[in-house]
Amino acid sequence: MSEFRNFTLNFGPQHPAAHGVLRLVLEMDGEVIQKADPHIGLLHRGTEKLAETKPFNQSIGYMDRLDYVSMMCNEHSYVMAIEKLMGVEVPLRAQYIRVMFDEVTRILNHLMWLGAHGIDIGAMTVFLYCFREREDLMDCYEAVSGARMHATYYRPGGVYRDLPDTMPQHKPSKFRSVKDIARLNASRSGSLLDFLQDFTDRFPACVDEYETLLTDNRIWKQRTVNIGVVSPERALALGFSGPMLRGSGLAWDLRKKQPYDVYDRVDFDIPIGRNGDCYDRYLVRVEEMRQSNRIIRQCIDWLRANPGPVMVDDRKVRPPRREEMKGDMESLIHHFKLMTEGYSVPEGQAYAAVEAPKGEFGIWLVSDGANKPYRVKCRAPGFPHLAAVDEMVRGHMLADVVAVIGTADIVFGEIDR
Amino acid sequence: MELIQHLLVSLLGLETGLAATLANLIWIVLQILLVTIVVILCVAYTTLAERKVIGWMQLRIGPNRVGPYGLLQPFADVLKLLMKEILVPASADRFLFLLAPIISLVPAFAAWAVVSFNPTFTIANIDAGLLYILALTSMGVYGVILAGWAANSKYAFLGAMRSAAQIVAYEIAMGFALVGVLMTSGSLNLGKIVESQQGGFLAWNWFWLFPLFIVYFIAGVAETNRAPFDVAEGESEIVAGFHVEYSGATFAVLFALPEYANMILISLLTATMFMGGWLSPLDGYVAADGALAALAAPSFLWLGIKTSFFLFVYLWIRATFPRYRYDQIMRLGWKVLIPITIFWLAVEGVMVWLKIGPWSE
Repeated sequence: MSEFRNFTLNFGPQHPAAHGVLRLVLEMDGEVIQKADPHIGLLHRGTEKLAETKPFNQSIGYMDRLDYVSMMCNEHSYVMAIEKLMGVEVPLRAQYIRVMFDEVTRILNHLMWLGAHGIDIGAMTVFLYCFREREDLMDCYEAVSGARMHATYYRPGGVYRDLPDTMPQHKPSKFRSVKDIARLNASRSGSLLDFLQDFTDRFPACVDEYETLLTDNRIWKQRTVNIGVVSPERALALGFSGPMLRGSGLAWDLRKKQPYDVYDRVDFDIPIGRNGDCYDRYLVRVEEMRQSNRIIRQCIDWLRANPGPVMVDDRKVRPPRREEMKGDMESLIHHFKLMTEGYSVPEGQAYAAVEAPKGEFGIWLVSDGANKPYRVKCRAPGFPHLAAVDEMVRGHMLADVVAVIGTADIVFGEIDR
Repeated sequence: MELIQHLLVSLLGLETGLAATLANLIWIVLQILLVTIVVILCVAYTTLAERKVIGWMQLRIGPNRVGPYGLLQPFADVLKLLMKEILVPASADRFLFLLAPIISLVPAFAAWAVVSFNPTFTIANIDAGLLYILALTSMGVYGVILAGWAANSKYAFLGAMRSAAQIVAYEIAMGFALVGVLMTSGSLNLGKIVESQQGGFLAWNWFWLFPLFIVYFIAGVAETNRAPFDVAEGESEIVAGFHVEYSGATFAVLFALPEYANMILISLLTATMFMGGWLSPLDGYVAADGALAALAAPSFLWLGIKTSFFLFVYLWIRATFPRYRYDQIMRLGWKVLIPITIFWLAVEGVMVWLKIGPWSE
């Protein structure tokens, strides 16, 4: 009789549950995982090195492409680092807009995560429900920046432009009836704030809808409760942050612990888990969506009442306005210089971190006084989470690997950078 | 049906001896062709119905480009798959690799031979019909195991192993549930099982055998490897499980086809065993000589409606539930479903002894 041995299974990089290009080399004893070895580097684009070759303000777009499901949070961290080095004070309205869009981004990210996690575990309907709401938020991105994903909306000193007064409308086509169009356009007749307000009114009921499909579902609980348990001590030791840390019961949230922009002026709670398993992390993220909704609502109310500038009035940072450029040679030259050569940032170094949907996303900037950064380092929350996958899946079965990868909310854009 | 048979006999002018045997043979082949073609068409439209129904449940519209409302989509799919190259992996066992799809296809269609479509039409009206069906539906798993083994891929292998373990567990629950049906009908013949349920909606087996009815349908879903028991395929875990290496015609005609044919068969059998088959639900509730008498008459239509309902439940379940883990399926099968069936068989025994319910006369 032949001798039975463990065997190795190549999980990915081409795999439906690999969340991009994860390659996991699994050592298995039948269906049970003995060891999981994550391999990275398949999506490496050299973002940090690229940023060193460009003026400061030209790398904002690269930040969108790091964690490509929470775009504006990455931008936020990068522009905050530049602002720290230059000592720029951002106008209050811009800070509120940033906080509002950070939370829009958080909902975007958590919806993507929830849908993908659901599909990983086999509940495919949640995915499409989530994408229905995601689409509305994508429209908000598009309305302010012109792009659905890679917005480049946050700029050092504020945001690119003020919130638009109109929303783009759906146009009649042969595939949609007049009634459908009217329904789709009903919430789009006013400004972006009206549209977002309508969304915040609708959204809690939508979250209830996802929860009816999952939260009390026996199969969902069997698949997530006590899977991938991480104790609070281990979570700290492994460098977890964000919902992964809060799922283990530690109330650590940069928005509360070291508030940036106007997070100290808005009212919200941070949910924490108890057991540190996949189910708790699921509950934490779902509750975070509701809390984000609350924050967005407060920002909308403030933004309605307080018009004002959204960009610092410093010509070293802010490009000239369009109308100035049309009639004034100096403004045109100034704009050209700002866009091609950028500005020099004082010598020094700064670390700016935001509570991105996945955890602490930080940018460490070193400037030698030139118009390009001397060094950029991204602190991606997904990296330590991926590193902990081995510890989380040992002794579990193959199907649980998928649940754990899902719960870690891994996006390769930021891990490989 | 008999009319056609007589027509055939008289047309050929064959009355006796060898010639009559020949006519009979042609007649049987015609019947088989009829059922097979209808089943294949049903399979084609079940795939479309699946995509449409799940699409509606998921706020999508489903296929709507090929033909009006996408009605020709199944034919486009079949055409595409048939024209694709059949790939055989270099390390696969070529003979077994190509044999496996056939092994899973044949039983899926052969089982239809004993199905009782209406009071008069059955291809083979044999007394051991139920045993025949049990035997054939469990044959299908050999195709799955063989496919997983022959492909020589770890994903396929895992899928095959899962499938083997799962089928063993659920066959037992399914068999026990059917024993309960036998105790009420006293026959293994599907036609007689239906006849024994006469008397309207509440006289059907589901009422007295409710736990067995539920267990049978759950076991049926597991038996056909459908969500939430689709661990053998496990899209997000083992990619496509046992058929990960199959392509083109071997995949389409020989794996998708049996899967859907089995789904329809299980729905039809659930209707036959527990929901009165071709009997009308209004039987006994409307006057036999009244204007609505036709509604109380047994008809193939009733069977069709009931089968469609169970098929819909299949799709509904798929759109709603997450997937079980492999060991949880085992636990559900061995520790929940089998004890329930055994317990209910005991209850049924007591009912027979005390002459309660269907055993009262």
